[in-house]
Amino acid sequence: MIAAFRIPGAGRLKQAETARFSFDGQSYSGVEGDTLASALLANGVHLVGRSFKYHRPRGFLSAGAEEPNALVEIKRDSARKTPNVRATVQELYDGLTAQSQNRWPSLSFDVGAVNDIASPLFSAGFYYKTFMWPKAAWKKFYEPKIRAAAGLGVAPDQPDPDHYSARFAHCDVLVLGGGAAGIAAALAAAETGVRVILADEQADFGGSLRFESGARIEGQDGFAWAQAAVAKLKGMDNVRVLSRTTAFGYYAQNFVGLVERVSDHLQNPGRELPRERLWQVRAKRVVLATGAIERHMVFADNDRPGIMLASAARTYLNHYGVAVGRNIGVYTANDSAYAAAIDLKKAGVGVAAIVDLRDNPTGPVIDEARALGIEVNFGRAVIRAGGKLRVSSMTVQPKNGGGERTIPVDAILMSAGWTPSVHLFSQSRGKVAFNDETKRFVPGTYVQDCVSVGACNGTDGLSATIDEAYAAGAKAAKDAGASTVKGTKPKVDASESWSRGMLGAAPGAGPGTTVKAFVDFQNDVTAKDIRQAVHEGMHSIEHVKRFTTNGMATDQGKTSNMHGLAIAAETLGKPIPQVGLTTFRAPYTPVTFGSIVGHARGPLFDATRKTAIHPWAEAQGAVFEDVGQWKRAWYFPKAGEDMHAAVDRECVTVRKTAGLFDASTLGKIEVVGPDAAKFMELLYTNPWEKLEPGRCRYGIMLREDGFIYDDGVVGRLAPDRFHVTTTTGGAPRVMNHMEDYLQTEFPHLNVWLTSITEQWAVIAVQGPKSRDIIAPLVEGIDMSDEALPHMSVREGRICGVPTRLFRMSFTGERGFEVNVPADYGQAVWEALWAEGQKLGACAYGTESMHVLRAEKGYIIVGQDTDGTVTPNDAGLDWAVGKKKTDFVGIRGMARPDLVAKGRKQLVGLKTKDPKVVLEEGAQIVADPKQAIPMTMIGHVTSSYWSQNCGRSIALALVAGGRDRMGETLYVPMPDGTIEVEITGMVFFDEKGERLNG
Amino acid sequence: MAKAAVKKTAAAAPSAERRAALAGQELSAAGVTLAVLPPAERISLRAPDASIAALSRALGVTLPRKPKTSASKAGRTALWLGPDEWLVIDEAEKDPLADCAKVTVLHSAVGISHRNVAISVTGPAAATTINSGCPQDLSLGAFPVGAASRTILGKVEIVLLRTEAHTFRVECWRSFSDYVFTFLSEAAGDAAA
Amino acid sequence: MLLIRCPYCEEERPELEFRNAGEAHIARSANMAGESDDDFEKFFFIRSNPKGIIYERWRHMHGCARFFNAVRDTVTDKFIMTYKAGEPKPAKLPGASK
Repeated sequence: MIAAFRIPGAGRLKQAETARFSFDGQSYSGVEGDTLASALLANGVHLVGRSFKYHRPRGFLSAGAEEPNALVEIKRDSARKTPNVRATVQELYDGLTAQSQNRWPSLSFDVGAVNDIASPLFSAGFYYKTFMWPKAAWKKFYEPKIRAAAGLGVAPDQPDPDHYSARFAHCDVLVLGGGAAGIAAALAAAETGVRVILADEQADFGGSLRFESGARIEGQDGFAWAQAAVAKLKGMDNVRVLSRTTAFGYYAQNFVGLVERVSDHLQNPGRELPRERLWQVRAKRVVLATGAIERHMVFADNDRPGIMLASAARTYLNHYGVAVGRNIGVYTANDSAYAAAIDLKKAGVGVAAIVDLRDNPTGPVIDEARALGIEVNFGRAVIRAGGKLRVSSMTVQPKNGGGERTIPVDAILMSAGWTPSVHLFSQSRGKVAFNDETKRFVPGTYVQDCVSVGACNGTDGLSATIDEAYAAGAKAAKDAGASTVKGTKPKVDASESWSRGMLGAAPGAGPGTTVKAFVDFQNDVTAKDIRQAVHEGMHSIEHVKRFTTNGMATDQGKTSNMHGLAIAAETLGKPIPQVGLTTFRAPYTPVTFGSIVGHARGPLFDATRKTAIHPWAEAQGAVFEDVGQWKRAWYFPKAGEDMHAAVDRECVTVRKTAGLFDASTLGKIEVVGPDAAKFMELLYTNPWEKLEPGRCRYGIMLREDGFIYDDGVVGRLAPDRFHVTTTTGGAPRVMNHMEDYLQTEFPHLNVWLTSITEQWAVIAVQGPKSRDIIAPLVEGIDMSDEALPHMSVREGRICGVPTRLFRMSFTGERGFEVNVPADYGQAVWEALWAEGQKLGACAYGTESMHVLRAEKGYIIVGQDTDGTVTPNDAGLDWAVGKKKTDFVGIRGMARPDLVAKGRKQLVGLKTKDPKVVLEEGAQIVADPKQAIPMTMIGHVTSSYWSQNCGRSIALALVAGGRDRMGETLYVPMPDGTIEVEITGMVFFDEKGERLNG
Repeated sequence: MAKAAVKKTAAAAPSAERRAALAGQELSAAGVTLAVLPPAERISLRAPDASIAALSRALGVTLPRKPKTSASKAGRTALWLGPDEWLVIDEAEKDPLADCAKVTVLHSAVGISHRNVAISVTGPAAATTINSGCPQDLSLGAFPVGAASRTILGKVEIVLLRTEAHTFRVECWRSFSDYVFTFLSEAAGDAAA
Repeated sequence: MLLIRCPYCEEERPELEFRNAGEAHIARSANMAGESDDDFEKFFFIRSNPKGIIYERWRHMHGCARFFNAVRDTVTDKFIMTYKAGEPKPAKLPGASK
């Protein structure tokens, strides 16, 4: 069954192909190619929403992206609910489910509409005034209430099940806007052979050719020409044509962000297609062909459903075959609305009257309207609209006052003129210029390599537009490097043309009136609000905007900005260009978070790095912790063990027998070249020149300010080759730090750095039995204490593969770190594990590693230091080469504050009650009885239960700590104060005998 | 424990099994195929201008001096990564590290065979797939066959080499290979559009 | 996203490959240990933060990995020019406003 307001034979849709959909639970039918708006209008539905502040009933203002009113929720399933979808751009599909927003209990009876009656409370700047007293009520009462009442739509409360994709693209000419101008420009550029991208936000190309019934190009209807031209472009290898694609942001150096809506218009998108695709396009030249947007007339109750832009009604008729009413009134200040009246009249729709604010306009459209028998009134204004849920009448009055006449209508079409869409131009940092004659801002000064053509450039008429656009397209291609220009400019056979119009409030809504004549529909800003803002002292348009919120809704004032500006200018008594235009900012229309996130979710949110040995640890049931991007085995629980039990067992086993630990994540840098030692001298506090090949040293790296930056064991493989290790988390920045100095401060040194972190898997074998585990598998290395003493390194083979075998210890036990090429890591680990099993060794994780090193007082940079700790503070003065004349940090370390008495120093802490384990980060005080806020003299940096010591142990930074040995200090905690004693940092094997044990 | 002397024979030593990351993984989508490539010998070679000729001779491939280029000969490819930096990849099971060791001119050669994993991206949609996360212009004009560059894919660093009009070799560090393969897989599914 | 010309790669490359590294032409003293407190303060802590032309260091981190210098206008965010590390401050800037 054909819907009541669908006109058989009108429009371009195949009216037989129907799609069922529902709105607010009611079922309707539309046809393929409809938008939700055209389908609802075909069914006579105009009331689709309630306004933001006053909850006034609202209908469709437009037929496009500028729509401020018709925001609905589209629901596919419980997770896929999209609020604030403009019904004018949502394409219909069979089964579409839409719901109105911002109303309770229903669209036709909305309790919130009481705000309309109480509107004096909500006048301009009400946020700043009405709710300011009493002060305490803002936070507790007003703000939560306002927040609950305000807001548009409801955000979905489940994770977004859709996926989104992204694409970087490069082209010579990017054409934004696919109306007549954009198509002509794209044709001109494409024919030269350069790379062209043409994008338009609509499903169909053609722009205003969708409604301009008077346009004929190349012997055919304008819209049909557009389809043929785009089909031609699509067939060219050097052209990419993107429909349903909005250029939302224009950034530096012709970098443009576009969102392509890939599947929102499909009934069953499936799981293959992304919902949206983000295009980040770098173009040598950009052609802006973004068109113009019609403005509404500002008069009392101009927001009633059924009142819309004339071009919208024309689009609904000429493209969708839908009449927006049966008895239509027209209110205009320029010619373009006449064309709407004429088209509707010709389609058999009743046109009650045209009300033209102009005094004595002349022209062919006026003659044609009269010839069709339409009543035309000049010099008159519509001073108010009747009706609530739908407009029922318009009241007409001579514009300078006089007798009123009320004409019954069921729709009013308005046109105050056209505003060039300079949004993207303005985002490109171009400066707009005001044309006083045509009262519009057009592109003035360009900052980037772009050009505006057609309506967005203030060019009127199809012929002029195509001339300009074709030439601009060809020039853009040439500027981008094209040599051959061929092809011919499309010939315009017939066109429509109009210009001018009016800005600001129409008669009846001018100064002194208190009627609700809306300027900004979405934010409920009236002409009176803007005047009031000026009267209250807002003299800059930026202040007026923020005080009234005019243009600050999600439509970004596409229809309201110029009216608002004109009213402010009139009230200020200044010309418009002196008041200035507010800034256009990205995004042009709202952009989903999904499209910005793109691929970066789930496993692609960030890289998850795993070591070569990870699969083994996983199979063993290890619990992992995140260390930066790395997954590290935290502990290896046996059946029935909790973390505590597992860590206790691991720690005891390492000291009793041995343990295997995956240290592959340690940063590793190979420093190679004849000046390698010189470079090391400059980057580390320690002396290196005399370190013999085959030996290792614990190195400390400072920043220039003298604070510890990183540490690690460094092995000298050869006179000109060092194997440097860094902390896991520090690896990338240490490499950057070293490269920085090498390239920019010490470029004379013949030395190079190579990251070998991932070349080598590292298996630490620690404990009294460690050598017994390794030795059977090693070839070519003498494992005796004499040949391979603590802190030495040898190259040889293990399990038949190359190894760099370090004798070193981060546990205080005899220990080794076996480096093997990463792909062999797991197999060598398994071989070592098999040997270890024979002797009762265990695998241990990062938690036990932390406990074992703390038992020995070995620091962890970044845990026991925080970027304000010097080597002296950390008790590492011994690692600073006293005879050295330069290294990074040598001067910073000597700054007065860094050598002053009373600095925080790293010490050990023992709780008086050995069973109490301190909290890391807990503050330390000398006198627990002092008043709050207490003087804090330090804090706990590391704290563990040590099964090997049979008590808790901790490290802390404490002011003057090393002079406080044996002192009792206090750690105040919420449930009581903990007594602690300051001790040395070594809790286990103080003499260090076990390194060779 | 001085008795633990150096072990003299290799008889008892098993040869450890090589387990490459993502070994053998493949994915096919419309217009593009991904495949993890077999292990290769690789070195990071650093050298001043004066050493280039001698190193080129030793390696049997002329080290390119032009940015974003590579040179290839007999299964060995040298990629220009920086003004004094090349990634040398040998797919003929010959050891470039050993070749460089014979050269006395100033240089640094460091073995990184196991550091990197290589993934091939092949098909008419290959460039589009990579452009899902790589911001460089990959048109044949800007990135011709033989072009090589360190760059970005999504959130990680890669080295990109175009071996044929529709074939790229993507090299990344071992622990990033999972991310890179997953990223390319997701992108491949969208690239035909 | 900006395009930055890398003087080593000899072409413009996307900003994602680069990392800013602070102000340029702040020389580290050859006699660092002997610097006065005042000189060290100037060297380490004091930066110019100008409105307008700034000389700064960038690294083509995910490209050729070289550090280089750039002249940028902090008002327009535009790169005026880039040049290799170690080269002197350019005496004349191309197309710079006075």
